[in-house]
Amino acid sequence: MSKRIICKNASLGYEDGVVTENLNFTVNSGDYLCILGENGSGKSTLIKALLGLRPPVSGEIKWEEFSAREIGYLPQQTPVQRDFPASVREIVLSGCLARCGLRPFYNKADRKLAEDNMKQLHIENLADRCYRELSGGQQQRVLLARALCATSEMLLLDEPVTGLDPKAQNDLYELIASLNRKGITIIMVSHDIGSSLKYASHILHIAKKQLFFGTVNEYINSKTGRDFIETEGGFNV
Amino acid sequence: MFEKLQYYFEFPIVRYALIVGLLVSLCASLLGVTLVLKRFSFIGDGLSHVAFGAMAVATVTSISNQMFIILPVTVLSAVLILRTGRNTKIRGDASTAMISVGALAMGYMLINMFSKSANVAGDVCSTLFGSTSILTLDKKEVWLCIGLSAVVLCVFVLFYNKLFAVTFDENFSKATGINADLYNLIIAVITALIIVLAMSLVGSLLISALIIFPSITAMRIFKSFRSVIICSAVISVVCAGSGFIVSLLCGTPVGATIVSANIVVFFVFNAISCFSGKNK
Repeated sequence: MSKRIICKNASLGYEDGVVTENLNFTVNSGDYLCILGENGSGKSTLIKALLGLRPPVSGEIKWEEFSAREIGYLPQQTPVQRDFPASVREIVLSGCLARCGLRPFYNKADRKLAEDNMKQLHIENLADRCYRELSGGQQQRVLLARALCATSEMLLLDEPVTGLDPKAQNDLYELIASLNRKGITIIMVSHDIGSSLKYASHILHIAKKQLFFGTVNEYINSKTGRDFIETEGGFNV
Repeated sequence: MFEKLQYYFEFPIVRYALIVGLLVSLCASLLGVTLVLKRFSFIGDGLSHVAFGAMAVATVTSISNQMFIILPVTVLSAVLILRTGRNTKIRGDASTAMISVGALAMGYMLINMFSKSANVAGDVCSTLFGSTSILTLDKKEVWLCIGLSAVVLCVFVLFYNKLFAVTFDENFSKATGINADLYNLIIAVITALIIVLAMSLVGSLLISALIIFPSITAMRIFKSFRSVIICSAVISVVCAGSGFIVSLLCGTPVGATIVSANIVVFFVFNAISCFSGKNK
Protein backbone atom coordinates (compact mmCIF):
# COMPACT_ATOMS: atom_id res chain seq x y z
CA MET A 1 0.00 0.00 0.00
CA SER A 2 1.31 3.40 -0.84
CA LYS A 3 1.85 6.14 1.66
CA ARG A 4 -0.79 8.78 1.94
CA ILE A 5 -2.31 11.40 4.21
CA ILE A 6 -6.05 11.27 4.72
CA CYS A 7 -7.91 14.18 6.26
CA LYS A 8 -11.48 13.35 7.32
CA ASN A 9 -13.98 15.97 8.52
CA ALA A 10 -11.15 17.69 10.30
CA SER A 11 -11.72 20.97 12.08
CA LEU A 12 -8.64 22.89 13.00
CA GLY A 13 -8.11 25.70 15.45
CA TYR A 14 -6.93 26.80 18.84
CA GLU A 15 -8.38 26.40 22.30
CA ASP A 16 -10.50 29.51 21.85
CA GLY A 17 -12.01 28.82 18.45
CA VAL A 18 -12.10 26.88 15.24
CA VAL A 19 -10.17 28.47 12.36
CA THR A 20 -11.17 26.16 9.57
CA GLU A 21 -13.56 23.23 9.45
CA ASN A 22 -14.85 20.33 7.39
CA LEU A 23 -11.62 19.50 5.66
CA ASN A 24 -11.80 16.35 3.55
CA PHE A 25 -8.92 15.48 1.29
CA THR A 26 -6.35 12.83 0.53
CA VAL A 27 -2.73 13.26 -0.47
CA ASN A 28 -1.35 10.25 -2.31
CA SER A 29 2.28 9.44 -2.79
CA GLY A 30 3.63 11.36 -5.79
CA ASP A 31 0.94 14.07 -5.74
CA TYR A 32 1.66 17.77 -6.08
CA LEU A 33 -0.98 19.51 -3.97
CA CYS A 34 -1.35 23.26 -3.85
CA ILE A 35 -3.25 24.77 -0.95
CA LEU A 36 -4.85 28.07 -1.93
CA GLY A 37 -6.59 30.58 0.27
CA GLU A 38 -6.63 34.17 1.42
CA ASN A 39 -4.69 35.36 4.45
CA GLY A 40 -6.42 34.19 7.60
CA SER A 41 -8.18 31.32 5.87
CA GLY A 42 -6.45 28.79 8.08
CA LYS A 43 -3.52 27.83 5.88
CA SER A 44 -0.87 28.05 8.58
CA THR A 45 -3.09 26.15 11.01
CA LEU A 46 -3.48 23.45 8.38
CA ILE A 47 0.30 23.26 8.00
CA LYS A 48 0.74 22.76 11.73
CA ALA A 49 -1.85 20.01 11.65
CA LEU A 50 -0.23 18.27 8.68
CA LEU A 51 3.10 18.37 10.49
CA GLY A 52 1.49 16.79 13.50
CA LEU A 53 2.24 19.78 15.73
CA ARG A 54 -1.37 20.62 16.49
CA PRO A 55 -3.98 17.85 16.51
CA PRO A 56 -7.36 18.64 14.91
CA VAL A 57 -10.13 19.89 17.22
CA SER A 58 -12.46 17.30 15.74
CA GLY A 59 -12.29 14.81 12.91
CA GLU A 60 -9.00 13.16 12.11
CA ILE A 61 -5.83 13.31 10.08
CA LYS A 62 -4.31 9.92 9.32
CA TRP A 63 -0.77 9.35 8.13
CA GLU A 64 -1.01 5.98 6.47
CA GLU A 65 2.27 4.09 6.31
CA PHE A 66 4.34 6.99 7.48
CA SER A 67 4.62 9.27 10.44
CA ALA A 68 4.36 13.03 10.54
CA ARG A 69 8.08 13.03 11.22
CA GLU A 70 8.85 11.95 7.69
CA ILE A 71 7.62 15.21 6.23
CA GLY A 72 10.30 17.66 5.16
CA TYR A 73 9.24 21.19 5.92
CA LEU A 74 10.25 24.45 4.28
CA PRO A 75 9.00 27.19 6.62
CA GLN A 76 8.74 30.84 5.80
CA GLN A 77 11.94 32.67 6.58
CA THR A 78 12.17 34.48 9.87
CA PRO A 79 14.08 37.73 10.46
CA VAL A 80 16.46 35.79 12.72
CA GLN A 81 17.68 33.74 9.79
CA ARG A 82 18.50 36.60 7.46
CA ASP A 83 21.55 37.66 9.45
CA PHE A 84 22.46 34.31 10.92
CA PRO A 85 26.17 33.48 10.83
CA ALA A 86 26.15 29.90 9.60
CA SER A 87 27.67 28.12 6.65
CA VAL A 88 25.46 26.41 4.11
CA ARG A 89 26.83 23.01 5.07
CA GLU A 90 25.95 23.53 8.75
CA ILE A 91 22.37 24.41 7.85
CA VAL A 92 21.85 21.53 5.44
CA LEU A 93 23.33 19.10 7.97
CA SER A 94 20.89 20.28 10.62
CA GLY A 95 18.16 18.58 8.56
CA CYS A 96 19.72 15.25 9.54
CA LEU A 97 19.17 15.87 13.25
CA ALA A 98 15.88 14.01 13.38
CA ARG A 99 17.72 10.89 12.17
CA CYS A 100 20.29 11.30 14.91
CA GLY A 101 17.88 10.80 17.78
CA LEU A 102 19.91 10.78 20.95
CA ARG A 103 23.25 10.57 19.14
CA PRO A 104 24.86 13.98 19.79
CA PHE A 105 26.97 14.26 16.63
CA TYR A 106 26.58 13.65 12.90
CA ASN A 107 28.02 10.49 11.41
CA LYS A 108 29.37 9.75 7.94
CA ALA A 109 26.00 8.76 6.52
CA ASP A 110 24.53 12.11 7.63
CA ARG A 111 27.35 14.03 5.97
CA LYS A 112 26.98 12.00 2.79
CA LEU A 113 23.25 12.68 2.71
CA ALA A 114 23.85 16.40 3.13
CA GLU A 115 26.43 16.42 0.30
CA ASP A 116 24.10 14.47 -1.98
CA ASN A 117 21.21 16.82 -1.37
CA MET A 118 23.39 19.86 -1.97
CA LYS A 119 24.45 18.33 -5.30
CA GLN A 120 20.86 17.54 -6.19
CA LEU A 121 19.91 21.20 -5.73
CA HIS A 122 23.10 22.51 -7.37
CA ILE A 123 24.39 24.32 -4.32
CA GLU A 124 27.44 22.14 -3.60
CA ASN A 125 29.71 25.02 -4.66
CA LEU A 126 28.11 27.20 -1.97
CA ALA A 127 28.74 24.71 0.86
CA ASP A 128 31.26 26.86 2.72
CA ARG A 129 29.60 30.19 2.02
CA CYS A 130 27.82 32.16 4.70
CA TYR A 131 24.05 31.83 4.57
CA ARG A 132 23.32 35.53 5.09
CA GLU A 133 25.41 36.50 2.05
CA LEU A 134 23.39 34.38 -0.38
CA SER A 135 20.60 35.64 -2.62
CA GLY A 136 16.99 34.88 -1.69
CA GLY A 137 16.72 32.10 -4.26
CA GLN A 138 19.93 30.47 -3.07
CA GLN A 139 18.77 30.66 0.54
CA GLN A 140 15.55 28.85 -0.37
CA ARG A 141 17.58 26.13 -2.08
CA VAL A 142 19.64 25.70 1.07
CA LEU A 143 16.49 25.31 3.17
CA LEU A 144 15.08 22.93 0.58
CA ALA A 145 18.23 20.80 0.80
CA ARG A 146 17.84 20.77 4.57
CA ALA A 147 14.23 19.64 4.25
CA LEU A 148 15.33 16.87 1.88
CA CYS A 149 17.77 15.66 4.51
CA ALA A 150 14.83 15.15 6.84
CA THR A 151 12.80 13.16 4.30
CA SER A 152 12.88 11.50 0.95
CA GLU A 153 9.12 11.16 0.77
CA MET A 154 7.19 14.34 1.22
CA LEU A 155 7.89 18.07 1.28
CA LEU A 156 5.63 20.68 2.81
CA LEU A 157 6.42 24.14 1.47
CA ASP A 158 5.03 27.31 3.03
CA GLU A 159 4.89 30.02 0.36
CA PRO A 160 8.40 29.25 -0.84
CA VAL A 161 8.67 31.99 -3.48
CA THR A 162 7.79 34.94 -1.23
CA GLY A 163 10.22 37.78 -1.74
CA LEU A 164 12.03 36.27 -4.73
CA ASP A 165 12.42 38.03 -8.06
CA PRO A 166 10.48 36.52 -11.01
CA LYS A 167 13.42 34.59 -12.42
CA ALA A 168 14.33 33.07 -9.06
CA GLN A 169 10.65 32.23 -8.51
CA ASN A 170 10.53 30.44 -11.80
CA ASP A 171 13.76 28.53 -11.11
CA LEU A 172 12.48 27.42 -7.72
CA TYR A 173 9.17 26.23 -9.19
CA GLU A 174 11.03 24.24 -11.84
CA LEU A 175 13.29 22.73 -9.19
CA ILE A 176 10.32 21.71 -7.05
CA ALA A 177 8.60 20.23 -10.12
CA SER A 178 11.71 18.20 -10.89
CA LEU A 179 11.74 16.85 -7.32
CA ASN A 180 8.10 15.91 -7.77
CA ARG A 181 8.96 14.03 -10.99
CA LYS A 182 11.52 12.06 -8.97
CA GLY A 183 8.65 10.79 -6.86
CA ILE A 184 8.67 13.19 -3.92
CA THR A 185 5.21 14.22 -2.80
CA ILE A 186 4.79 18.00 -2.68
CA ILE A 187 2.33 19.98 -0.59
CA MET A 188 2.67 23.70 -1.21
CA VAL A 189 0.86 26.60 0.35
CA SER A 190 0.72 29.35 -2.22
CA HIS A 191 -0.66 32.76 -3.15
CA ASP A 192 0.34 32.32 -6.73
CA ILE A 193 -2.64 30.91 -8.60
CA GLY A 194 -0.92 30.95 -11.99
CA SER A 195 1.97 28.70 -11.12
CA SER A 196 -0.23 26.55 -8.89
CA LEU A 197 -2.35 25.67 -11.90
CA LYS A 198 0.73 25.19 -14.04
CA TYR A 199 2.63 22.79 -11.78
CA ALA A 200 0.21 21.16 -9.35
CA SER A 201 -1.73 17.97 -9.82
CA HIS A 202 -4.31 18.75 -7.14
CA ILE A 203 -5.77 21.89 -5.60
CA LEU A 204 -7.17 22.42 -2.12
CA HIS A 205 -8.92 25.77 -1.75
CA ILE A 206 -9.87 26.83 1.76
CA ALA A 207 -11.50 29.88 3.33
CA LYS A 208 -12.61 29.15 6.88
CA LYS A 209 -13.99 25.94 5.39
CA GLN A 210 -13.11 23.75 2.46
CA LEU A 211 -14.22 25.33 -0.82
CA PHE A 212 -12.72 22.86 -3.22
CA PHE A 213 -10.60 19.76 -3.42
CA GLY A 214 -9.80 17.91 -6.62
CA THR A 215 -7.47 17.81 -9.59
CA VAL A 216 -6.37 20.94 -11.38
CA ASN A 217 -8.65 20.31 -14.34
CA GLU A 218 -11.68 19.87 -12.11
CA TYR A 219 -10.73 23.10 -10.34
CA ILE A 220 -10.56 25.11 -13.56
CA ASN A 221 -14.02 23.91 -14.48
CA SER A 222 -15.56 24.43 -11.06
CA LYS A 223 -17.38 27.59 -10.02
CA THR A 224 -15.01 28.26 -7.11
CA GLY A 225 -12.06 27.89 -9.43
CA ARG A 226 -13.43 30.14 -12.16
CA ASP A 227 -14.36 32.88 -9.67
CA PHE A 228 -11.00 32.78 -7.96
CA ILE A 229 -9.05 32.73 -11.20
CA GLU A 230 -11.00 35.77 -12.41
CA THR A 231 -10.48 37.80 -9.27
CA GLU A 232 -6.79 36.98 -9.29
CA GLY A 233 -6.39 38.91 -12.52
CA GLY A 234 -7.48 36.88 -15.51
CA PHE A 235 -4.99 34.09 -15.68
CA ASN A 236 -5.32 32.54 -19.14
CA VAL A 237 -6.25 28.88 -19.03
CA MET B 1 55.70 44.53 36.95
CA PHE B 2 56.15 40.78 36.85
CA GLU B 3 57.30 40.77 40.45
CA LYS B 4 54.17 42.60 41.40
CA LEU B 5 52.05 40.00 39.58
CA GLN B 6 54.02 37.17 41.11
CA TYR B 7 53.46 38.69 44.50
CA TYR B 8 49.70 38.88 43.93
CA PHE B 9 49.43 35.34 42.60
CA GLU B 10 50.97 33.99 45.77
CA PHE B 11 47.62 34.63 47.39
CA PRO B 12 45.23 31.73 46.80
CA ILE B 13 42.36 34.20 46.71
CA VAL B 14 43.76 35.84 43.60
CA ARG B 15 44.27 32.48 41.89
CA TYR B 16 40.71 31.44 42.73
CA ALA B 17 39.39 34.67 41.32
CA LEU B 18 41.28 34.17 38.07
CA ILE B 19 40.01 30.58 37.67
CA VAL B 20 36.42 31.61 38.34
CA GLY B 21 36.73 34.60 36.04
CA LEU B 22 38.02 32.58 33.11
CA LEU B 23 35.45 29.82 33.50
CA VAL B 24 32.51 32.16 33.85
CA SER B 25 33.54 34.22 30.82
CA LEU B 26 33.99 31.06 28.77
CA CYS B 27 30.52 29.76 29.59
CA ALA B 28 28.89 33.15 29.13
CA SER B 29 30.42 33.63 25.70
CA LEU B 30 29.38 30.18 24.46
CA LEU B 31 25.81 30.70 25.46
CA GLY B 32 25.89 34.33 24.34
CA VAL B 33 26.00 33.38 20.67
CA THR B 34 22.74 31.48 20.98
CA LEU B 35 21.08 34.16 23.09
CA VAL B 36 22.05 37.02 20.80
CA LEU B 37 20.88 35.13 17.72
CA LYS B 38 17.59 34.23 19.39
CA ARG B 39 17.09 37.94 20.16
CA PHE B 40 17.39 37.33 23.87
CA SER B 41 20.32 39.66 24.52
CA PHE B 42 18.44 41.31 27.31
CA ILE B 43 17.66 38.16 29.19
CA GLY B 44 21.08 38.41 30.82
CA ASP B 45 20.27 41.86 32.06
CA GLY B 46 16.85 40.87 33.30
CA LEU B 47 17.99 37.74 35.07
CA SER B 48 20.94 39.41 36.72
CA HIS B 49 18.61 41.95 38.28
CA VAL B 50 16.39 39.14 39.46
CA ALA B 51 19.45 37.51 40.99
CA PHE B 52 20.23 40.82 42.68
CA GLY B 53 16.71 40.94 44.10
CA ALA B 54 17.00 37.35 45.32
CA MET B 55 20.33 38.17 46.91
CA ALA B 56 18.76 41.09 48.74
CA VAL B 57 16.09 38.77 50.11
CA ALA B 58 18.79 36.32 51.15
CA THR B 59 20.77 39.07 52.86
CA VAL B 60 17.73 40.34 54.73
CA THR B 61 16.71 36.88 55.94
CA SER B 62 20.41 36.31 56.76
CA ILE B 63 20.29 32.76 55.46
CA SER B 64 23.64 31.03 55.77
CA ASN B 65 24.12 29.98 52.17
CA GLN B 66 22.69 32.62 49.83
CA MET B 67 22.93 30.29 46.82
CA PHE B 68 19.92 28.34 48.10
CA ILE B 69 17.71 31.33 47.40
CA ILE B 70 19.47 32.92 44.47
CA LEU B 71 19.81 29.85 42.23
CA PRO B 72 16.22 28.58 42.27
CA VAL B 73 14.70 32.05 41.97
CA THR B 74 16.87 32.93 39.00
CA VAL B 75 16.29 29.63 37.23
CA LEU B 76 12.56 30.00 37.75
CA SER B 77 12.56 33.53 36.34
CA ALA B 78 14.58 32.38 33.34
CA VAL B 79 11.99 29.78 32.55
CA LEU B 80 9.18 32.31 33.01
CA ILE B 81 10.82 34.93 30.81
CA LEU B 82 11.44 32.48 27.98
CA ARG B 83 7.89 31.17 28.27
CA THR B 84 6.22 34.54 28.18
CA GLY B 85 8.23 35.34 25.07
CA ARG B 86 5.39 33.75 23.19
CA ASN B 87 1.60 34.13 23.20
CA THR B 88 1.01 36.51 26.08
CA LYS B 89 -0.42 39.99 26.26
CA ILE B 90 2.86 41.49 27.42
CA ARG B 91 5.47 41.08 24.71
CA GLY B 92 8.80 39.39 25.36
CA ASP B 93 11.02 42.45 25.57
CA ALA B 94 8.54 44.37 27.70
CA SER B 95 8.09 41.54 30.18
CA THR B 96 11.84 41.10 30.46
CA ALA B 97 12.25 44.79 31.14
CA MET B 98 9.47 44.74 33.72
CA ILE B 99 10.89 41.81 35.64
CA SER B 100 14.35 43.32 35.40
CA VAL B 101 13.68 46.77 36.80
CA GLY B 102 11.05 45.45 39.19
CA ALA B 103 13.49 43.05 40.82
CA LEU B 104 16.18 45.72 40.93
CA ALA B 105 13.92 48.18 42.72
CA MET B 106 12.58 45.62 45.17
CA GLY B 107 16.07 44.36 45.95
CA TYR B 108 17.42 47.81 46.65
CA MET B 109 14.40 48.67 48.75
CA LEU B 110 14.79 45.54 50.89
CA ILE B 111 18.49 46.05 51.44
CA ASN B 112 17.94 49.68 52.33
CA MET B 113 15.12 49.02 54.77
CA PHE B 114 16.39 45.96 56.60
CA SER B 115 20.12 45.79 56.18
CA LYS B 116 22.12 45.63 59.40
CA SER B 117 25.29 46.73 57.69
CA ALA B 118 26.50 50.28 58.26
CA ASN B 119 27.58 50.79 54.68
CA VAL B 120 24.46 50.13 52.62
CA ALA B 121 25.57 52.13 49.60
CA GLY B 122 28.87 50.27 49.52
CA ASP B 123 27.17 46.88 49.74
CA VAL B 124 24.79 47.68 46.93
CA CYS B 125 27.55 49.10 44.79
CA SER B 126 29.70 46.01 45.15
CA THR B 127 26.77 43.74 44.32
CA LEU B 128 25.90 45.73 41.24
CA PHE B 129 29.43 46.15 39.97
CA GLY B 130 31.13 43.19 41.62
CA SER B 131 34.04 45.37 42.61
CA THR B 132 35.44 43.25 45.42
CA SER B 133 33.32 40.17 45.92
CA ILE B 134 35.38 38.13 43.48
CA LEU B 135 38.33 38.49 45.82
CA THR B 136 36.38 37.08 48.74
CA LEU B 137 35.63 33.68 47.23
CA ASP B 138 36.41 30.70 49.40
CA LYS B 139 37.45 27.25 48.25
CA LYS B 140 33.92 25.82 48.38
CA GLU B 141 32.57 28.50 46.07
CA VAL B 142 35.40 27.94 43.63
CA TRP B 143 34.60 24.23 43.44
CA LEU B 144 30.93 25.00 43.01
CA CYS B 145 31.83 27.30 40.16
CA ILE B 146 34.11 24.71 38.54
CA GLY B 147 31.38 22.08 38.84
CA LEU B 148 28.66 24.27 37.35
CA SER B 149 30.93 25.39 34.53
CA ALA B 150 31.72 21.77 33.73
CA VAL B 151 28.00 21.01 33.58
CA VAL B 152 27.39 23.97 31.27
CA LEU B 153 30.27 23.00 28.98
CA CYS B 154 29.16 19.36 28.78
CA VAL B 155 25.58 20.31 27.99
CA PHE B 156 26.79 22.72 25.37
CA VAL B 157 29.07 20.22 23.63
CA LEU B 158 26.59 17.35 23.75
CA PHE B 159 23.67 19.40 22.49
CA TYR B 160 25.69 21.64 20.18
CA ASN B 161 23.96 20.48 16.98
CA LYS B 162 20.52 20.59 18.50
CA LEU B 163 21.07 24.04 19.97
CA PHE B 164 22.17 25.21 16.54
CA ALA B 165 19.04 23.79 14.90
CA VAL B 166 16.71 25.24 17.52
CA THR B 167 18.40 28.64 17.31
CA PHE B 168 18.37 28.77 13.54
CA ASP B 169 14.86 27.57 12.95
CA GLU B 170 12.55 26.57 15.75
CA ASN B 171 9.63 25.73 13.45
CA PHE B 172 11.64 23.37 11.30
CA SER B 173 13.12 21.68 14.35
CA LYS B 174 9.69 21.10 15.80
CA ALA B 175 8.41 19.79 12.49
CA THR B 176 11.18 17.21 12.29
CA GLY B 177 10.48 15.98 15.78
CA ILE B 178 13.07 17.78 17.85
CA ASN B 179 11.75 18.77 21.23
CA ALA B 180 12.42 22.49 20.78
CA ASP B 181 10.70 23.46 24.03
CA LEU B 182 13.02 21.19 25.98
CA TYR B 183 16.09 22.79 24.42
CA ASN B 184 14.72 26.27 25.08
CA LEU B 185 14.28 25.22 28.68
CA ILE B 186 17.87 23.95 28.81
CA ILE B 187 19.07 27.26 27.38
CA ALA B 188 17.06 29.15 30.01
CA VAL B 189 18.38 27.07 32.88
CA ILE B 190 22.03 27.26 31.94
CA THR B 191 21.69 30.97 31.27
CA ALA B 192 20.45 31.37 34.82
CA LEU B 193 23.32 29.26 36.17
CA ILE B 194 25.90 31.32 34.34
CA ILE B 195 24.38 34.57 35.54
CA VAL B 196 24.44 33.51 39.15
CA LEU B 197 28.05 32.47 38.72
CA ALA B 198 28.98 35.68 36.97
CA MET B 199 27.44 37.91 39.64
CA SER B 200 30.45 37.56 41.88
CA LEU B 201 32.77 38.35 39.01
CA VAL B 202 31.43 41.45 37.29
CA GLY B 203 28.37 42.20 39.39
CA SER B 204 24.82 42.09 38.22
CA LEU B 205 24.91 45.21 36.04
CA LEU B 206 27.72 44.08 33.78
CA ILE B 207 26.82 40.43 33.20
CA SER B 208 25.10 41.22 29.92
CA ALA B 209 28.42 42.48 28.64
CA LEU B 210 30.05 39.08 29.16
CA ILE B 211 27.21 37.44 27.28
CA ILE B 212 26.78 39.90 24.43
CA PHE B 213 30.17 41.40 23.58
CA PRO B 214 32.22 38.32 22.64
CA SER B 215 29.53 36.88 20.37
CA ILE B 216 28.74 40.16 18.62
CA THR B 217 32.46 40.74 18.16
CA ALA B 218 32.97 37.28 16.68
CA MET B 219 30.03 37.75 14.32
CA ARG B 220 31.67 40.82 12.82
CA ILE B 221 34.26 38.66 11.11
CA PHE B 222 33.41 34.97 11.21
CA LYS B 223 30.77 33.44 9.02
CA SER B 224 30.02 29.94 10.17
CA PHE B 225 28.34 29.05 13.42
CA ARG B 226 31.23 26.92 14.64
CA SER B 227 33.88 29.57 13.95
CA VAL B 228 31.74 32.23 15.64
CA ILE B 229 31.42 30.06 18.75
CA ILE B 230 35.13 29.28 18.91
CA CYS B 231 36.19 32.85 18.25
CA SER B 232 33.75 34.15 20.82
CA ALA B 233 35.11 31.77 23.44
CA VAL B 234 38.70 32.78 22.68
CA ILE B 235 37.90 36.50 22.79
CA SER B 236 36.08 36.09 26.05
CA VAL B 237 38.85 34.15 27.79
CA VAL B 238 41.57 36.49 26.52
CA CYS B 239 39.62 39.56 27.61
CA ALA B 240 38.85 38.10 31.03
CA GLY B 241 42.49 37.13 31.57
CA SER B 242 43.98 40.39 30.41
CA GLY B 243 41.30 42.46 32.13
CA PHE B 244 41.99 40.65 35.37
CA ILE B 245 45.75 41.24 35.19
CA VAL B 246 45.33 44.90 34.28
CA SER B 247 42.95 45.37 37.18
CA LEU B 248 45.51 43.81 39.54
CA LEU B 249 48.31 46.04 38.27
CA CYS B 250 46.38 49.27 38.11
CA GLY B 251 43.95 48.69 40.94
CA THR B 252 40.90 49.20 38.72
CA PRO B 253 37.63 47.34 39.42
CA VAL B 254 37.80 43.80 38.00
CA GLY B 255 34.41 43.64 36.28
CA ALA B 256 34.59 47.02 34.62
CA THR B 257 38.13 46.34 33.38
CA ILE B 258 37.14 43.04 31.78
CA VAL B 259 34.18 44.67 30.07
CA SER B 260 36.42 47.49 28.85
CA ALA B 261 38.76 44.91 27.34
CA ASN B 262 35.77 43.41 25.53
CA ILE B 263 34.77 46.83 24.22
CA VAL B 264 38.27 47.45 22.87
CA VAL B 265 38.31 44.10 21.06
CA PHE B 266 34.88 44.82 19.62
CA PHE B 267 36.07 48.05 18.03
CA VAL B 268 39.21 46.37 16.70
CA PHE B 269 37.14 43.62 15.05
CA ASN B 270 34.70 46.19 13.75
CA ALA B 271 37.53 48.11 12.12
CA ILE B 272 38.93 44.92 10.59
CA SER B 273 35.56 43.96 9.21
CA CYS B 274 34.99 47.43 7.68
CA PHE B 275 38.46 47.41 6.19
CA SER B 276 38.18 43.94 4.67
CA GLY B 277 34.68 44.80 3.44
CA LYS B 278 36.05 47.69 1.40
CA ASN B 279 38.70 45.54 -0.20
CA LYS B 280 36.16 43.17 -1.72
